Amino acid sequence: MELTLAILLTIITAATPLLLAATGELVVERSGVLNLGVEGMMIMGAVGGFVMAYLTGNPLLGIAFAVLLGMAMALLFGFLVLTFATNQYATGLALTILGLGLAALIGEGFVGRAGIRPPNLYIPGISDIPFIGPLLFGRDVLFYISITLVAGVMWFLFRTRQGLTLRAIGDNHHSAHALGIKVIRYRYLAVLFGGACAGLAGAHLSLVYTPQWSENMTAGRGWIALALVVFASWRPLRVLAGAYLFGAVSIGQLHAQAIGIAIPSQALSALPYVATIIVLVIISQNRRLTMINTPASLGKSFVPDR
Amino acid sequence: MKRRHISAIVRLTHNNAEMFQIPERASSCLDIRQPEKSFKKTSELANPACTADGETTYSFLSNWSKNRRTMQTANPDDLLTLRGLTKSFGSFKANDGVDLSIRPGEIHALLGENGAGKSTFVKMLYGALQPDAGEIFWRGKKVEIPNPAYARELGIGMVFQHFSLFEALTVAENIAVALPPKTSFKKLSTDLETVSREYGLPLKAGSHVYDLSVGQRQRIEIVRCLLQQPDLIIMDEPTSVLTPQEVEELFAVLRKLSSEGKAILYISHKLEEVRVLCERATILRHGKVVGACIPKDETASSIARMMVGSDIHQIRHEPNAAHHGEPLLSVRNLSLPARDTFGTPLREVSLDLYPGQIAGIAGIAGNGQTELFDVISGETLAPSAEDVMLFGQPVGKLGISKRRAIGAVFISEERLGQATVATMPLSENVFLTRHSVNPDLKAGPLLRRGTAKALLDKITTELDVRKSAADPAAQALSGGNLQKFIVGREVLEDPKVIIVNQPTWGVDAGSAARIRQTLIDLAANGAAILVISQDLDELFEIADTMAAIAEGNLSKFESVAKTNRNAIGLKMSGIFAAEGTHP
Amino acid sequence: MIRVELLRRDNPSRALRLLSPLIGLSLALITGAIMFSLMGKNPAAALYVYFIEPLTEAWSVHELLIKAAPLILMGAGLSICYLSNNWNIGAEGQFIMGALAGSIFPVLFTDFQNPMVLPLMFIFAVAGGALWAGIPALLKARFNTNEILVSLMLVYVAERILDYLVRGPWRNPGGMNFPESVRFHSYARVPEIMPWDGRANLGIVIAILVAIALWFMLSRTLKGFEVKVIGASPRAGRFAGFSSKGMIFFSFLVAGGCAGLAGIIEVAGASAQLRPIISPGYGFTAIIVAFLGRLNPLGAIAAGLILALTYLGGEAAQISLQISDKASRVFQGTLLLYILACDTLIHYRIRFSRKPAAKGIEQAAASSEQQPPAAERAV
Repeated sequence: MELTLAILLTIITAATPLLLAATGELVVERSGVLNLGVEGMMIMGAVGGFVMAYLTGNPLLGIAFAVLLGMAMALLFGFLVLTFATNQYATGLALTILGLGLAALIGEGFVGRAGIRPPNLYIPGISDIPFIGPLLFGRDVLFYISITLVAGVMWFLFRTRQGLTLRAIGDNHHSAHALGIKVIRYRYLAVLFGGACAGLAGAHLSLVYTPQWSENMTAGRGWIALALVVFASWRPLRVLAGAYLFGAVSIGQLHAQAIGIAIPSQALSALPYVATIIVLVIISQNRRLTMINTPASLGKSFVPDR
Repeated sequence: MKRRHISAIVRLTHNNAEMFQIPERASSCLDIRQPEKSFKKTSELANPACTADGETTYSFLSNWSKNRRTMQTANPDDLLTLRGLTKSFGSFKANDGVDLSIRPGEIHALLGENGAGKSTFVKMLYGALQPDAGEIFWRGKKVEIPNPAYARELGIGMVFQHFSLFEALTVAENIAVALPPKTSFKKLSTDLETVSREYGLPLKAGSHVYDLSVGQRQRIEIVRCLLQQPDLIIMDEPTSVLTPQEVEELFAVLRKLSSEGKAILYISHKLEEVRVLCERATILRHGKVVGACIPKDETASSIARMMVGSDIHQIRHEPNAAHHGEPLLSVRNLSLPARDTFGTPLREVSLDLYPGQIAGIAGIAGNGQTELFDVISGETLAPSAEDVMLFGQPVGKLGISKRRAIGAVFISEERLGQATVATMPLSENVFLTRHSVNPDLKAGPLLRRGTAKALLDKITTELDVRKSAADPAAQALSGGNLQKFIVGREVLEDPKVIIVNQPTWGVDAGSAARIRQTLIDLAANGAAILVISQDLDELFEIADTMAAIAEGNLSKFESVAKTNRNAIGLKMSGIFAAEGTHP
Repeated sequence: MIRVELLRRDNPSRALRLLSPLIGLSLALITGAIMFSLMGKNPAAALYVYFIEPLTEAWSVHELLIKAAPLILMGAGLSICYLSNNWNIGAEGQFIMGALAGSIFPVLFTDFQNPMVLPLMFIFAVAGGALWAGIPALLKARFNTNEILVSLMLVYVAERILDYLVRGPWRNPGGMNFPESVRFHSYARVPEIMPWDGRANLGIVIAILVAIALWFMLSRTLKGFEVKVIGASPRAGRFAGFSSKGMIFFSFLVAGGCAGLAGIIEVAGASAQLRPIISPGYGFTAIIVAFLGRLNPLGAIAAGLILALTYLGGEAAQISLQISDKASRVFQGTLLLYILACDTLIHYRIRFSRKPAAKGIEQAAASSEQQPPAAERAV
């Protein structure tokens, strides 16, 4: 029981940053924009969150700053891709390269310092319920944000008119434009939301998951989040499931390493990446599913004629 | 200056006298002599690049309307009055001083051929584009229409030619997107089914657009427009996707709407339709109003002359249904599953193509035409080699380059992005389809650009391709000139089997006539030609035998002399199972 | 509110095609200068140390060429991928796998010492890189799997394979337990061009030759035409009788082969042994090289030299000005962003207008008819 609880807790911790980043990217992609810069925005969130929390001693300020940096990166991306109609693939890559470099530069003086972890929620009584209490009611604030975000995004996309409009834009930006929908404005907002979520995900890494700063600490999680969106075929609930599945895989390999299974540790640590590939292959086999769910204008530039 | 104007008036009178109400014109003649300013304007308006007499006429006319404008305000009885609407894209004037007025309950035609500026005009009216100059009066009040939402608020609705629909959304969602955010979604779903039934346009709120036919999609557009309770409905080329019977049904709906007091601006280049449906017509050419008329009082050819500005080249064609010799191309009982979710399967399609003959396939877009074209061309391979026979050889399993090498040419539907690469210069686009056929284009693995440029020159002269530079990018050409280039590229070496999909779609009348005549002449020289087209007029003009395709079924070919629009129309809607084509 | 509007050019601007990388580079330099002054350094001095000083001494020019070789090779190879719309971002992994495959001879067959070794190492390296790139190609062609994610994931996997080998089976038995392989014997080393002058080796010559060959292929042959057509419009490619799937393999294998070759040149050149980390991110920098070179292999030669300079200048600035070497990565990132923005100028005219915001940024015509699909816009 104790061990199960410990494992489940670490799975939640490992899954939360993926869930945060993937939920944000899902909204971005639903609007028809492919932002490959999740990794870059995430690492900026990680360094920003860490440094701000370290300097002020306030982890919540750290989280807020992480969101801000994530959005700043997203704004840069949006300006290029939406206003300047640059190639979305290349621009996303550039954002990742820039983010990784900038974060390394900013965080250089902070390597090895101890981070400040935001306190876990504690509700007297409820949090003391065995097993369920600590699992669900004694978590950090970002866990609750991540779950709320999934619910909020579901509600927004499928229950509100603005959500419908966003999906319409992702499906066909020419049609949307012809009807007078402000395609670029919606996309800017979606991209900024994605940046905020990636910033949160980064803050989770450097404040909750491993409360410290190290270069390249995102270790490809931004890319896995991108894969999760494909895996989830652009559905928020499936993103939730996918994130926890991946959390389980990466925690599983950590535990296997700890136990000392006779497999090289490198093989185990490669597992999440290999799993990503396998999952992508399985998902892409179902062409009908992919075809119907993929936002049809995903990755395509939109320039209105004047 | 003065002499030029007078000669313009004379020409106008000479050519198009019947189109204009003489007294008005006479008075306007007097007007323009008065202010010196107006002369100056005229010279600005006259496009120096086009100094043909005809052009002078248009400049004069727009000037004439400008003068009239200063003396009048909007007629308060009109629903909509437009004055001097002008819009440029770079140096190109898409609309130049366009005037138009629409009365309540009227069906008003805006006529013009492809590229005349109809779409630009409509977009300004719908708030999707902002005019550079000019005024819009709605119910006598001057308005600006900054965006489509405001147009809808005023009571202007729009049915788009290339539908503004979202495939992944449901019918109700598609409609909700265009309505004010306050409308309740549930109420909307019931409303839309009520309205759609009321007008005989049945729709289910929950169906996904990707499951619907083109005709059903148009219904969504119309119902969406009606739910906004507009006073003016703009319809942009609504019949290009309908069978003749569906056109009749649509006209019934439009007449009902008109009788309820809704005005309709009907945009088209199909003259017969306009003559049947519309009370008044305004004619647009090169972005200018060149005339107005009562369509019922005109003949199709008199309107056509106004639209095009000169007599259209008459196609010379003697239908010839008798075949000689062996078929050059045969398709035998070919069935092909749908390529993907959005595709159409082909069902036991058979056809024979004989030398010297043009066979036409009519059909509404999305009924398997693209699939049929692709499987004949070899872009998609057939299930077995014998399914497609070319010059007696089984080629079903050969790719498109090999089929070209055997002697067939293919002219595809999409000009940019299939038949050409938009950003590549024309000379490079010559390689696109000829690299495996013309040995002079290659030296080993190397490209011979000189040969390609020489071929381009030859194509340019033979088909009269007008281009802005020696070797411009494909996207820089107008639709008609690009299509002439594409046709020219394929027919240069006198091919014996020609497969064409939508040969003149979106092409101006002059280019269309040239392309059709080219095809007819090739057939006369012994080529076997298959023309797939949505345009029934075109098929009746050039085909010797005709069939229709519906949901992947191809009807039997019949001599053009023995069939008519209605019979073909029925087949286009899929009513030909009884004839026994498919045992 | 000032709005930016894009107006499509009928014909892509030739002048800007040449100028756009230069404009991007200048803007990045200006940004770099601002960044240095924000860090409290004299921007002029910093830019001098970064971009001029390394060129003033012979030894450092040699170092420049050593760093430029892998960048040019991979940048040229990736150009083929990106031109054909295949998004291989895993050159780093292909570089590692090429290095590993090529190192089989000097590491495992230490007694096999003759002039045949180096050519064999090259062949194995090309094959190793190409095979690793073949995985995302196969998955994309066969299952339509997203090649961006797969090629990137394989970078992490390759890094772990390298790590495992140099800490495990391939570790130098006489190496004091350091995680590194044996030093390569002299037959397994890429010969230096001018040993009396500096360390630069034949790698740079090979890189330039390969880039020229790829340029010739692209601009003069039918295969090159095929690359460009499929990249600009897959449907036009199909209509021309070209195979999109074939092109997936072709572009990935060429780029992977180039990356593998770069890998072996790196380890059999300057470093002469395998270590857990053999590349300072060359595979990712090569993406910038490809774009700075405007996806033209000849351009990649110039771009490779420029980006090699940022590595070298970064090291120099760290020593003489205490500027973090991370600054050069920031510079690289901004450079790529600027280039991408400048490339827009080739296809569009920019118009700044000062209209009231109320009219909306994007209320203009739907452009469905005349606008070619987005894929057709050159990258």
